[in-house]
Formats: sequence, structure tokens, C-alpha cells
Amino acid sequence: MRLTLNVWRQKGKDDAGGFVKYDVPDVSEHMSFLEMLDVLNQRLILKGEAPVAFDHDCREGICGMCGFMINGQAHGPLRGTTVCQLHMRHYKDGDELWLEPWRAAAFPVVRDLAVDRSAFDKIVAAGGYVSVSTGSAPDGNAIPVPKEIADRAMDAAACIGCGACVASCPNASASLFTGAKIAHLGFLPQGQPERERRALAMVAQMDLEQFGGCTLFGECQDACPKGISIDVIARMNRDYWLSALFSAPPSAGAAASG
Amino acid sequence: MSSTAPAATQRITLFYQDYVGKKVAMALSGVVLFGYVIIHMAGNLQIFAGREQLNAYAQALHANVPLLWIARIVLLLAVGIHFYTGISLAGASRAARPVRYQVKGQRHPNLAGRTMALSGLVLAAFIVFHILHLTTGTVQPAPFADLRPYDNMVNSFRVIPVAGFYVLSVCLLGLHLYHGAWSMFQSVGFNHPRYTPALRRFAAVFAFLLAIGFSVVPIAVLTGMVR
Amino acid sequence: MQLDAKIPEGPIEKKWDSHRFHLKLVNPANKRKYTVLVVGTGLAGGSAAATLAELGYNVKSFCIQDSPRRAHSIAAQGGINAAKNYQNDGDSIYRLFYDTVKGGDYRAREANVYRLAQISVNIIDQCVAQGVPFAREYGGALANRSFGGAQVSRTFYARGQTGQQLLLGAYQALERQVQAGKVKMYPRTEMLDLVLIDGKARGIVTRNLVTGKMETHVGDAVVLATGGYGNTFFLSTNAKGSNATAIWRAHKRGALFANPCFTQIHPTCIPVSGDYQSKLTLMSESLRNDGRIWVPKKKGDTRSPDKIPDGERDYYLERRYPSFGNLVPRDVASRAAKAACDEGRGVGPSGLGVYLDFGDAIKRLGQRAIAERYGNLFDMYERITGDDPYKVPMRIYPAIHYTMGGLWVDYNLMSTIPGMYVLGEANFSDHGANRLGASALMQGLADGYFIIPYTIGDYLATTKLAKVEADHAAVKDAEKGVKARLDKLLAAKGSRTVDSFHRELGKLMWESCGMARNKKGLEENLSAIPALKEQFWKDVRVGGAGEEFNNELEKAGRVADYFELAELMCRDALHREESCGGHFREEHQTPDGEARRDDENFAYAAAWEWKGEGEKPELHKEPLQFNEVHLTQRSYK
Repeated sequence: MRLTLNVWRQKGKDDAGGFVKYDVPDVSEHMSFLEMLDVLNQRLILKGEAPVAFDHDCREGICGMCGFMINGQAHGPLRGTTVCQLHMRHYKDGDELWLEPWRAAAFPVVRDLAVDRSAFDKIVAAGGYVSVSTGSAPDGNAIPVPKEIADRAMDAAACIGCGACVASCPNASASLFTGAKIAHLGFLPQGQPERERRALAMVAQMDLEQFGGCTLFGECQDACPKGISIDVIARMNRDYWLSALFSAPPSAGAAASG
Repeated sequence: MSSTAPAATQRITLFYQDYVGKKVAMALSGVVLFGYVIIHMAGNLQIFAGREQLNAYAQALHANVPLLWIARIVLLLAVGIHFYTGISLAGASRAARPVRYQVKGQRHPNLAGRTMALSGLVLAAFIVFHILHLTTGTVQPAPFADLRPYDNMVNSFRVIPVAGFYVLSVCLLGLHLYHGAWSMFQSVGFNHPRYTPALRRFAAVFAFLLAIGFSVVPIAVLTGMVR
Repeated sequence: MQLDAKIPEGPIEKKWDSHRFHLKLVNPANKRKYTVLVVGTGLAGGSAAATLAELGYNVKSFCIQDSPRRAHSIAAQGGINAAKNYQNDGDSIYRLFYDTVKGGDYRAREANVYRLAQISVNIIDQCVAQGVPFAREYGGALANRSFGGAQVSRTFYARGQTGQQLLLGAYQALERQVQAGKVKMYPRTEMLDLVLIDGKARGIVTRNLVTGKMETHVGDAVVLATGGYGNTFFLSTNAKGSNATAIWRAHKRGALFANPCFTQIHPTCIPVSGDYQSKLTLMSESLRNDGRIWVPKKKGDTRSPDKIPDGERDYYLERRYPSFGNLVPRDVASRAAKAACDEGRGVGPSGLGVYLDFGDAIKRLGQRAIAERYGNLFDMYERITGDDPYKVPMRIYPAIHYTMGGLWVDYNLMSTIPGMYVLGEANFSDHGANRLGASALMQGLADGYFIIPYTIGDYLATTKLAKVEADHAAVKDAEKGVKARLDKLLAAKGSRTVDSFHRELGKLMWESCGMARNKKGLEENLSAIPALKEQFWKDVRVGGAGEEFNNELEKAGRVADYFELAELMCRDALHREESCGGHFREEHQTPDGEARRDDENFAYAAAWEWKGEGEKPELHKEPLQFNEVHLTQRSYK
């Protein structure tokens, strides 16, 4: 089949960008979307033009590195699918597609379709963990975790950090990402000791990174390749305001002995 | 993670600085307004009980002046917080995406959610008009008499543009309340896989009834059922 | 060069304990004076960086991806082994050790494997404490499954995303140290050379992949955890970015490369669909528990599978291996598939595929039961191929998956370059000639969480390390070398893309150094690969500039290294005149086509020394001693 691509080209973070039209005449329906771009790039290189830059790595939908907008939809039209797993059989001859990078103040463009998502790392660094240094763990079965709880924690932990939630959110909010991590650790007994601090620190960091707020449009959960539900946002909000208003102040004794 | 919890005095300001805090502020002020709207509707519907009933009700409400002003101040505060926080959240959203998408490809149909800012702004304009019109009588599309709501409503709603704006506004109010009511529970974290869907349906039914409850008055006037 | 594995004295179960006691410690107050450079942020690198920082060392951590959370450990599906014996089914540290040595076809170091089995139990505890959501029983205890033909249930798992969850655990621990200021993170940064001063590893030269700027980082020790070299074959189950450049540069600086020909082929991957194919996708091995593998009996049978009656199907694994059937180990299943396709009985448009049929299982258990077990895998298969495996049998074909070979390390995980440690898939240590399922995650985390933190302290405590200035001659030299190489790649301005060369190299390797190898093919490769390399340097077209985001330049540098590594792999395969594990030499098989090992002559790790451009590498042998495990021929009949 033959496709027309309008690809956002932008040399660097501070350069102006714009769409460039490409004609791709020989697309096989068995190609993945990224393989189709590979073919386009091979041709551009031989013509002496710069290939289209896009992030990708595992190409099996788990590393979270790939992702851009196809006709305004994060990772393209298929539900539960990253763009590396989207195959061309879902398009037809003559289709015209618009490829844009994730757009958010917190995700500056690196080049073309590649963006800088280090804001996500900073949110995790602010508190998305259990503070347990290597060697200090009790036996794995010392604390039972009900299967239903472990399953729900796993549902939230499935997040691949691709940024489709931010990209598709009309507010460019990172609430689904942050909420997923808070929910994952908040479900488990191991996450309880730091639950209050975690919510406070991660939400504060999310705001610092210039993400917008959540107004529950629900767009993110439809765009999420792992189908994470906006229920995690409710959990995050609850943990946050309960901690912000009711967490106990530090003990005076701890300060004296510290 | 920061090593110390904030001191009690800083908590509220810190809380409000973060967007989740703003959402909770939206929710709480929304609850107040929501409650008011229900009472207001109940009052309006007394129009069907006749002129004396409604006018007496209005006068009874105004009998205790301090209480009246407390209620007014609480409502004004709620409107103020709701309005200001809403504007600042919308501003933050705009700032969070300085470059817009060329092509939009919405997946999640959500008319009410997507029009919250718009419906909110129209409602704000309507509230201003509504107070000037039926509380203070500053704007008089029809003859106005203080504390005689039955007559004021019947006279005003005979003016088609006034009735039209009113019906449009209360329909938007329904839409606004639908998204506001169910998402409020999400915002404050009241959420359960078993109850949230039911809550959402309840919000839809309730918002619909509310819009109907307000609309029947001007419609009844226009059709001559109430004169 | 005399290879000293530094295996501690004493009975095998006491070796690690006594070794830990004898290792020198760094005074806690002095740890902050040392800087360790950790390259790679997968299970091995991420866990090492986090743990070293927890101990108080300053760590600089490097990865080529945009975030440390994306390393390819994330794609591991099946699970992680540990000798917990929670199931009370007879597992033990000794059994896991024994299974691993045997599964590796007796080409691994006993002491290392025993330590791995010992540490396996700590790994599970650590990961649970971090909040890894392992599968649980209703009572709240950890669930286990049997994996890869093991006789006990010792595999812990988190749905089909175990690697992801373990990696996120390590990543979160790492980010905690970033926040604490103990780790400085360098994402989108590629190591392009190793800096040696006074014969010790003291720094790395890197390129910032966004700006193209070169930088040198100096430290007191270097830890490489950069994964395997499966992408030498172009098509593999590895991530597109996975590469061998860091270990190859270290090799050229003096680190010996051990057993490069030990590559693992995974039997259940989705077949190649066209010449645009960019990678191969693995389907979990667990599919073979219920799926039956077959090809038509007749050559060139193009009927659709449902039109082929049962009597005209050849369930070749069940026929050849009646007791193990479809559950034979990875290498055996892979070779059998290749044999069927070589006979012209392969299926699918390319003829390179065999059926994995769930028809009988669906009849026996119902579609629902199958969906519960494999639903997500079936969905993935359908997403990629467009075929519905509930109705049409899956088509599968083997693909390169894992490399057991890697840089040679001693018991302390130190390479032959003092101060340079190699962890995870990048080293050669624990899997011998074949890795068992669910053991890669175990090894990566053992190395990073529990071994390197001890052994690196001994080196730092006992070695005199002079301060290194950033303008040291060795640093300048390394930088100059890297820059010259990048300039040369950019200057070629030829007529072929990097990928076209890489595909050609991959084809050569897959044909002659893949599932089955023979003398003739390997010798041909040893002349074809250098010729292709020469052509590459003359005729490659990279485009763009050095000091900018330039994906083609990154790839070109890696492919240039693959040529040299591929040559070494062929050389190693040619010299190893036996069949063992993932290395199958057609000359060395039993009359019925099974692998024949030669313990008399080849019970050693082959460690190769780089002798310079165009020179033959020199072979060093580390003899392997088996005091615990009895050497037998594997049989799955």
C-alpha cells in the first residue's frame, strides 16, 4: 500500500519545528509501524537527508521507549498497543497520517519525534520506592500478601513509563503515571511505612515538573498501552490529601536523638 | 523524600499549592454549591403551589438577616474559590502544553468533562446576570418587585430570550454537575471498583433531574401553565 | 597469561562464606572517597549502582536509553529461579546448583554456580521487600511454577512481566540513591572506550547521544553491565539498542573474551515475515506445555494447516523424544525445527517456520482454560501476525536470544583488567554452554546486589590508586582514538546504509554460526567477515555530523565492532571441536543426530586475547574442574 506521512521535524529542543510530507509507496501490511519508518529512513539516508528520529528499543511493547502521536492518538489507533507493536494491516492504501511528538512542557522535544521524559525519573526519585537497602530484607514469605492485593498492585505496576498518558491528556497531566506508582506501592504491605511521605513528595515533584492537573477526562486510560485505570488517580489523591492534612508531625524525641 | 513533615500552619497553604489540593478545594466548594442548587430548585418548584406559597417562602428566607448573610457569604466564598481555582487549574493546563497538537484524535467521549471550563464560564456569567436580575433587580427585562419571586419569575420568563438563557444555563449546569459530582469523588479519592460505576450513573440521573427541575419553571410560564 | 580464577579453598558450600570473610573491607568513612563507574542499568548494573551507593561509594551510572528503567532486562517474561523450596518438592541450593551445571552442559565454573544458587534465596527476599508484586497464592504466600523442564517448582514470577518488575525494583532503588545524591545518572550516554592508567581501569570515554559531545569520566573502578551480544546476528530477541561496544572496547584494551561461540537460540519466536524485519519477538517457552509442534510429513505441502489430516502431520519432537516430547530443552527443540525446515517441510510463506498447535489442548481443556494460561501471549501473537491462534496454529521459529559467552571474569567478577568488573549477561561466568530458563534474572541480580558490593571493596581496600587528572595522557589518547574512529565513519560517505551491512553480517552468522555449525561454513565466514568489514569502512553511508543527535552514527560504531566480534565467535566455534549446549558442530554428533561433548579435550573456558588489528587472537584456557557434579551425556529420549 501507499501512504502519505506528515512528520514533525525539529532539529533540537530550541529549534522551530514543522511538518514535512513524505510519500511511502511500498508499505507491506505485515510491517510494524516502526519498520515502516525504518524503510523510510533507509531511503532518506541514501538520498543524503537526515532520517526521522524516534525513540524505540525493545520493539515488543515493554520497555516504554517508543511512542508518538499518529493522527492525534498516542501510539496510534489500537487499544493496548504501543506503536512498535502496531502493524500496518490496520491502515489502508492512500491513508494520510500525521506524526507528532508527545507534546508537553515537561517533555521537551529532543529531536523530531523523540522527547525528553526525564521528568518521570524525577517523580520516581522523589519517592517512588520502598527504602530498603540491600541485605536488610526479611524472608519473602514473612509477610503474607493476599492474592487479590498482589494482583491489583501488579495491575498498577504494569506501567511502562512511555508517557502516552501525558501526551493524550488535554491537561498534559502525569497523574496516571504518578498514581500508578503510588497505587502499586500503596497496595502492598511493604509500601505502607512510607505511604504518606511518598504521596506528598511525588505529587509535589509532579507539579514542579510543570505537568498539568487531572480533570478526569479519562483520555489517559484509553491511551495507556497497559490499560491502567484512572482509579489509581483516586488513590493518589486520597493518599495525598490525607497525608497533607493529617500526617503526624515528626516526633520531638526523634529529632533530639538524630 | 523530604525528611520532615510540614508544620501544621503551613499545611493548608502547601496543600493548596499542589494540584491535588486545588482539586480538593474544587470538590469541597462544589459540594456547597451543589447543596445550594438543590435547595434552590426545591424553592423554585414551589411556584406550582401558587403565588402565596412561593412569596411567603421567599419572605421567610429573608426573615433572619444575620443567617441570610452568613449563607450569602458562605456561598460567595464557595463561588469565589470554585471560580478562582478553576481558572488557575485551566491556566496550569494550558501552560503544561505550550505547543498544541496539529491533529486531534480524542478516544474517550466525554462531553461533560471536556466542557467543564466552558460551562463553568457560562454559568458564572449567568449567576451574575441572575443575581442582578432576580435578587437585586438591577437589570429589569420585566417589572421587578422585591421579595415577590412568583411575580418576578412569571413576568421575566415571558421574555423569551431571558427564558432561553435560563434554560440553556440550567442544562449546562446539569452537564457541569454530572462531571463535577462523580469526578469529585475521584478527586478526593473515594473510589471503589464496585461502587464508582453506580455513582456515575447516579450522578447522571441526578444531573438530568436537576436540569429538568429548573427548566420546568420557565417552560411552564411560557406555555401558560403558570401565569 | 596465566588465568587465575581465584576460586576460594574449602568445601563448595563454604567457599563464598569464607571468601567474604577474607575480603578486605573499606572503612565506612572512606567509601565516599571512591568513585565507581557503572555502565548499564539493567538488572545487574542497576542493582550494582544502587547497592554500591547505599554502601557509601560515589557512583556514576550510564545508560544509552533515555531512562535507566528501559534496559532490556525489562523484556524477560518467564520468571526468576530461587532455591527457596517453598513448595516442599525437594528443591535445595545443591539441586539448583546441580541443575544449572548440568543444564549448562558442564562448561561452567562449579564454585560460581554454587554461589549463585546460594544467593538466589536472598534475591527473592530483597525484591519482595522492594515491593515487587510477585504472584501469590490465596493464602498470601509466594507462588511458584515449574519452568523450562525443571522437575521442581522454583520459579517466581510476576505475570508474564517478571523482568520488568524486577528491573523496576532495581530502578527504584537506583532513583532513591540519585535523590540521595550518591548516584549521578547519565542517560542517553554511550561508553566508547575504556581508559587504562598503570594497567588499571580508571575511566571511560563516553558520547552524549543528544549533543554528540564526548566526555571522559574517571573513577577508581569500572563496572560493565552492558548485556549480551546477540545483536551481532542483526535479528534477535534483543532490543534494537542492545550492543557489544562496551565489552568489545574493553576486550581490545586487554580484557579476555571467553566462550564467544556459546549463543542460545530460543525455539519459540515469531518467524520472520519480510526483509524489512527489524527484530524477532519471543513467545514464552511455557507455550510448549500445552502446544504440540508439527510440520507436514510431505515436503512443500502448501495446504492450510486445517486441511492437513492428523495422519499427514509429523509431530517430530514427540516422535524423536518420546519421554520429553515437546518439552525438550531449548537447544534440542531449536535444532529439530531447523532440521525439519532444512528438509523442505517448513511452513509459512518463507518456509522457515513450524506449527505450534493448540487445537488438541483447546479440545481437551476448553478455550477458556487456554485463554487463562496464555491469553496475553495469544493476544501478542495476533497483534503481530494478524492470525488468531485459537483458530489457526501458531507459526514459530527459533531465534537468537541470549549469549552465554562474554568477558572472562574471576570469582570476584573482575576481568583480566585490574579494576574492571563485568556483571550479568556481559560476563561469561555461570551458564556454561547453555542457560536454563529463568536463570538470567537470577544471575544479573546476584552479581549486582550481592557479589560486586563485597568484591569491589577488597580491590579498593588493597590497591593503591593515584589521583587521575582529566588531562592525563591516557585520557587524551583514548579520546583522540574515539574521535578519529567516529570521523572515519562519517567520512566514508559511501553508498550503503549501516543496516544493510548489519543484515548481511547477520545472515552470514545465522547461516554458519547459528543453530548448527560446521568447519567449512565457519572457515568461509572467517574470510567473508573481514572482507565485509573492509567494504563497510569504505562504503558505508552514515550522514549527519558527529556533534549532534545521530542515530546512524551510533549504529555504525556498533556494527563496526560486531564485525570483529563475529570473527571471534566463528574462530571460537571453529576451535571447539565438540558439540555442547548452544554450540552444535555437525561433525560432532551421535548417529541419531544428538550433540556429542568431548570432556577429555574441551572441558575448559576458552578465553581469547586481542592481539591487534588483523592479528590472530590468542587462546588461553581455564580448565574446569568438576568435583561435585558427575559429567554425563544429556539425554531426553
